[in-house]
Amino acid sequence: MAAEATNVGNTWVNIGIFAAFVVVTLIVVFRVSRQNKSAADFYAGGRNFTGTQNGTAIAGDYLSAASFLGIAGAIAVNGYDGFLYSIGFLVAWLVALLLVAELLRNTGKFTMADVLSFRLKQRPIRMAAALSTLAVVFFYLLAQMAGAGGLVALLLGITDKTGQGLVIAVVGALMILYVLVGGMKGTTWVQIIKATLLILGAGAMTIWVLARFGFSLSAVMQEAVNMAGENGEAILEPGLQYGATALSQLDFLSLALALVLGTAGLPHVLMRFYTVPSAKEARKSVVVAIWLIGIFYLFTLVLGYGAGALVGPEVILAAPGGQNSAAPLLAFELGGEILLGIIAAVAFATILAVVAGLTITAAASFSHDIYASIIKKGQVSPDGEVRVARWTVVVIGIIAIIGGIFANGQNIAFLVALAFCVAASANLPTIIYSLFWKRFNTSGALWSIYGGLISTVVLIIFSPVVSGKPADPVTGLSKSMISDPAIDFHWFPLDNPGIVTIPLAFVLGIVGTYLSKERSHPEKYAEMEVRSLTGAGAEKAVAH
Amino acid sequence: MSDVQAAGPAETDYQRVERSDEFQSLRRAFRNFVFPMTALFLVWYLLYALMSTYAHEFMSIRVAGTITVGLIFGLLQFVSTFVITTLYARWANNKFDARAQALREEIEGGEL
Repeated sequence: MAAEATNVGNTWVNIGIFAAFVVVTLIVVFRVSRQNKSAADFYAGGRNFTGTQNGTAIAGDYLSAASFLGIAGAIAVNGYDGFLYSIGFLVAWLVALLLVAELLRNTGKFTMADVLSFRLKQRPIRMAAALSTLAVVFFYLLAQMAGAGGLVALLLGITDKTGQGLVIAVVGALMILYVLVGGMKGTTWVQIIKATLLILGAGAMTIWVLARFGFSLSAVMQEAVNMAGENGEAILEPGLQYGATALSQLDFLSLALALVLGTAGLPHVLMRFYTVPSAKEARKSVVVAIWLIGIFYLFTLVLGYGAGALVGPEVILAAPGGQNSAAPLLAFELGGEILLGIIAAVAFATILAVVAGLTITAAASFSHDIYASIIKKGQVSPDGEVRVARWTVVVIGIIAIIGGIFANGQNIAFLVALAFCVAASANLPTIIYSLFWKRFNTSGALWSIYGGLISTVVLIIFSPVVSGKPADPVTGLSKSMISDPAIDFHWFPLDNPGIVTIPLAFVLGIVGTYLSKERSHPEKYAEMEVRSLTGAGAEKAVAH
Repeated sequence: MSDVQAAGPAETDYQRVERSDEFQSLRRAFRNFVFPMTALFLVWYLLYALMSTYAHEFMSIRVAGTITVGLIFGLLQFVSTFVITTLYARWANNKFDARAQALREEIEGGEL
């Protein structure tokens, strides 16, 4: 295994290209961050980004290593079923475009809780919203950091856990530096640079693959079928990964629901809408993001089948990173060391940029919602708030490094799915109700947020993801998080709880609302509604 | 505005705006566009997810070479997402923004 890892590509080329990326982005971050003074600068980049810039940054935030390496790998190995992920991830953006982005920009300031507490009771709502924000960010962050470990194994040929831990620590430290120095402005530029590199790199590889097969997707897929060997036709059809039993089919539907409803509840995505000067620019951001993300997923379709055709599923599965190695191996097959180095650097940059975006979101949520509004009851200077946010960045960075080292080797796809499920269950129902439902009140919001959050986490703990998957006949280990097959406390049959928790959270929002005698605030709702649609009184860009 | 006088004493400016005909028709226009569109794409996506899960044979029909019905259905999800995005952006830029802006200027200018 180790020998094979070092055969692919040149470690020093990979490190060199990645170091160049770090140097360039650091220079950019230092240059753009000279005016990071106010809270609006630190959390929202002064609200001065254009829609196109922000849309590119959103794509950079969203196209994590899981999308790039994960989806390409899933298509290479499982064919059609891998493609299903990308469709859910893309269609989900319509929820953000039509129902959330502009209204949120017009009514909020820095965080999701700003919008929810507009007409509901400040302190309990901010607490609940901050907790669910931190939960989503935590799961997402762990997935990215754990992914970094796997990537290191693959790309730098570092196979021992200590070396991987060291690299995870370096990634975490770099991220802390970016966010501390650059705030939201610096983070946004890192996202923009990374998204541009990622999409150009994937685009070039896509054209390269197609050129090898006379620009016929059908021919690429035919070769992938041939390479897949006996019963290779199955990669063209749905069901290879999820079609085995009625239960796994239900699991897939559950995942599909969480994917499509989760995106518009992801706090780091929501926060990006505050970095532009107006609702119109927020709309443009989403439009640009949808085009970039959509085109990128079309590339991954070709790259996935291309990896299946040119590298073959057996070689991919035998490589150190497993499925995740499909795209890097394809890059090596096409363009040798240099292209592999570029793609490897882009993949690292991806992790770095996504982690930075997540960290600034968590810092804003802790400092703005919990520290300034709950602990200090609003009696804190903006400078004091930003200082706490900076300290939070350091703390979260350290938690991410430690968590990443412990989670190294864990199944990262489930952590991302869990983050989406919490976002869809705990965040989205409350956002929708508070924007569109006049009768909605604090009690309904608390029922929905806590109900969604707790039910998701509990069902995951007692699902086969954590314990009780059948033991692998070869290794004798279970594929669950707890790999000892003797330990089995699962009673919930599905890996993805969304099909239960999302409708539950929507219902709890209604039940909680009607059970409470809380007086409604028609004047607050009127203000929120008028503001959300017309933009009257919305936060303005910072003038420098 | 004629109905401003009819307002109760405790009513805020925002409530007056909310009750105004201009705002009501703006809200109606917005909801009449985004709610049906949301229902449409969600149903279309769920249909795709259900078919991919339970209609394997239909989705596996070869249309040309290795191109299956399922692949085309999936690519159509991309097309529909791009189309809805464009339709909404065009509608909002051409039909919605001017009205919302006029109302915003009236509110911020203290005319309502």
